[in-house]
Amino acid sequence: MPAYARVFTSNLSLNLRHNPVAFISLAIFLLLFLLALFAPLIAPYNPFDTTQIDILDSELPPFWAEQSDPSFLFGTDGQGRDMWSIMLYGLRLSLMIGIGAVVVQTLLGVSIGLISGYVGGRLDSLLMRLADIQLSFSTLMVAIVFLAVTQVVGGRAFFAQYAPVLLITIIGLAEWPQYARTVRATVLAEKQKEYVDAARIMGFGPLRIMVRHILPNSLSSIFVISTIQIANAIIAEASLSFLGLGMPIAYPSLGSLISSGFDYLFSGSWWITTLPAALLVVLILVVNLLGDWLRDTIGPRILQGAR
Amino acid sequence: MALLSVQDLSVKFGGEFGAVSAVKNVSFDLHRGERLGIVGESGAGKSITGFALMNLLSAPGFINRGKVLFDGKDIVRMSERQLRKVRGNRMAMIFQDPLVTLNPVLTIGQQMIETLLAHRRLRRDEAEFIAIQKLREVYISSPEMRMSQYPHELSGGMRQRVIIAIALLLDPDLIIADEPTTALDVTTQADILELLLHLCMSNNVSLILITHDLGVVCQLTERIMVMYAGEVVETGKTREVINDPQHPYTQGLISALPQQTLPGHTLKSIKGYMPSLLSMPSGCPFHPRCAYALDECREHRPKLVHYRDASVACHEVNRLHQETLAE
Amino acid sequence: MIIYLAKRFFQAILVLVVISLIGFAVQDSLSPQQAVGAIQTAQNIEETGFAERYFHFLSGVVQGDLGTSYFFKEPALEVILKKMPATLELMFAAALIVAALSVPFGVFTALYPNHMLSRFILSASILGLSIPVFVTGILLIYLFSVEWSVLPSFGRGQIVPIVGYWETNFASLDGLKHIILPALALASIMLPLFIRLIRAEMRQVLKSEYVKYARARGLSPFRIYFVHALKNTLLPVVTVGGIQIGTLVAYTILAETIFQWPGMGFMFLEAVNRGDAPLIVAYLMVVGAIFVVINTLVDVLYGLINPTIDMARMGA
Repeated sequence: MPAYARVFTSNLSLNLRHNPVAFISLAIFLLLFLLALFAPLIAPYNPFDTTQIDILDSELPPFWAEQSDPSFLFGTDGQGRDMWSIMLYGLRLSLMIGIGAVVVQTLLGVSIGLISGYVGGRLDSLLMRLADIQLSFSTLMVAIVFLAVTQVVGGRAFFAQYAPVLLITIIGLAEWPQYARTVRATVLAEKQKEYVDAARIMGFGPLRIMVRHILPNSLSSIFVISTIQIANAIIAEASLSFLGLGMPIAYPSLGSLISSGFDYLFSGSWWITTLPAALLVVLILVVNLLGDWLRDTIGPRILQGAR
Repeated sequence: MALLSVQDLSVKFGGEFGAVSAVKNVSFDLHRGERLGIVGESGAGKSITGFALMNLLSAPGFINRGKVLFDGKDIVRMSERQLRKVRGNRMAMIFQDPLVTLNPVLTIGQQMIETLLAHRRLRRDEAEFIAIQKLREVYISSPEMRMSQYPHELSGGMRQRVIIAIALLLDPDLIIADEPTTALDVTTQADILELLLHLCMSNNVSLILITHDLGVVCQLTERIMVMYAGEVVETGKTREVINDPQHPYTQGLISALPQQTLPGHTLKSIKGYMPSLLSMPSGCPFHPRCAYALDECREHRPKLVHYRDASVACHEVNRLHQETLAE
Repeated sequence: MIIYLAKRFFQAILVLVVISLIGFAVQDSLSPQQAVGAIQTAQNIEETGFAERYFHFLSGVVQGDLGTSYFFKEPALEVILKKMPATLELMFAAALIVAALSVPFGVFTALYPNHMLSRFILSASILGLSIPVFVTGILLIYLFSVEWSVLPSFGRGQIVPIVGYWETNFASLDGLKHIILPALALASIMLPLFIRLIRAEMRQVLKSEYVKYARARGLSPFRIYFVHALKNTLLPVVTVGGIQIGTLVAYTILAETIFQWPGMGFMFLEAVNRGDAPLIVAYLMVVGAIFVVINTLVDVLYGLINPTIDMARMGA
């Protein structure tokens, strides 16, 4: 599909070589992505295997501090788990939930946008009204309420079991309007053009026209929004986990790690909370920098300055 | 002494691929009360010339060379503070599209009064009195009421009248009008032009009218300057240039006027397009479109040559002129 | 104008009804006995249908009866109203910081995009956007409370009663000291957003014809930037600001948790941990109502301050 390929080959790589910030961000992001992907292979310990955990190893500092243990590079947490291993697994969970949520958002938002723009009329105004109302409620607020109620109704055990699915679903459901609006605007603009009429006369069905002919026009917008949304989804997941409404401490994401380490901050074991916090910030920062760079490079004018 | 003396003015646009010339070696004099029309296709550099006269080019455009002597003082070398004293005060500008020229969130009154207060020490009620006076001069009905209205509450023609009133607020010496009627409908156009002419004549204000419409130039101005691809190709008295155009481009422009075409015949137009600033042809910039083009035209850029009351930049015209002199 | 207001009002009511439905559904599934017991009418749950129970719930809500908290043994609404001033004051302090800093920073970065300070502000703002509120909070606590011990890290400190349940942090030095860190943490997420928004809008406005025209009239730079440009810049910012106030409510839950600020958000999380259903539902209803009221107000306000919006036409 040349239309889809065009977006990515359009002097992006050229621009990348002249933009050191974007280049370094991309390199760090790829590194973190690979670390997350191969976490089980890289991590020296399996933090979920209780036989590998000894409570006597708890609260050991990282290698540059005094009294560190060479077998735990970045020290251990309050339960004696290896920080480096558990951070790798946490990174894996955070990235997985972030990307998963954005996939849900994109699918939902793009479908609604296409239908809304293509069908038009009452359905369109109803859907856009819904988008307005949805946007006026903060995602984090909706997610907090939803997850809190689920936790109380379903019980903690149930919640812990399905936490990743619940997080992906609620963060994914709450952020569709941005995609829907952008796609709808493109559909409305493109629907007027002659090639769409031509395609219709040639007997192509609406689905084919929308996906093959109209959708490629909003692809760069979708791509830009998605990058920024991954950063937002990771922040949302981390915030929810910090509140105890996300990943349980037995299977921690970066957010839950920071949350559990918070109590140790006052007793001097600063690394249990600051190391995962630093990793989280670096992850979000590089995704945000990439998003900004993409928006300035391939993004249409309507997205300038938008978040 | 001329009110405005432009000497060898050149404007460049600095871009990623180096600077390109948008206006080249423009020179002319304008006397007090005189009205000059600058004509050309869009992209010929006429609006840029207009903004350069006020030193109001926005980046990446900049004045590369030349002088703009306004009352003997060079606008190009003035500080921003000195420029502010001239702009809107002694030199006023009328913009193209009245829909976007006035600030949408400020009332007509606020925008008129702030202009007065920027240049004169006045009390607010004095300024308001002058503003209402000027609105009346441009035939705006119930001006007191208009003062508290926002631009979007006025029609396009009405807004352009307000802009003319603002231009006249401080009794300037020179008004630069950049396509003042292009954005208006035809019946309003005639009214606005007539008003502009009347006000310039009765207040002895000089006018530089920038337009692509030869008819408008005929109606309003005494002298004309035809621009093509950033250069002046012909200047002279409006009446003479229109009746007896010398430069092939001016000839083309005039024969393309609807009035020059008999009913039932198709409109004549000049073949081809004006070259882009990035890819100027060698020699005379008009030669790719010119029916009389010779080898000389392809190689050498013609200079503006004066003869009788006019100046023309064309090798062919120059040759014919030399022949007539020889006879 | 009146039609527009009526439409907006009707829509707000509709959203409120939907919220109350959700609230009731939650309460109904959490504890059917309590939901009905709270309004003390029906004797047998099996006999009353969903619609009927919802109606009873709704009539209770209209009378200000949102049930009784299990834990506090007090009317849930009253518990929330007692906690509300703390949250509102925290939001106010954060909004104050955002408003005071975002306009000068946003305008400056728009006017001088290549200035060193602009580059610094923009780099700092993208960093700020990338640090979650709770991480900022932890960082602030670590620096100001643990390392340097200059500012307190939890609670409201000394508060001074004003009227009713309202006790303020702004009347004593100790109270002010306590509100600084949580307000900073809360502002840290909003400030970058607003700086970037104001900068982007301002840059668009500076390219406009009316700004060029203002220069052509010889107006002073101050008037051009701060009257002509800023007024147009702030119009869209008001709309976004309204939506962000809603987001701010959500972020207060995070800030209150980190700094153990005794507000609605902190109370809500405690209620979740205790399974205090009536309090959870009451919180949901109150916050929903706050969202709806703020959004409606912002819409109406936007229509009032923007002269180019014809309110009568918007109603059509």
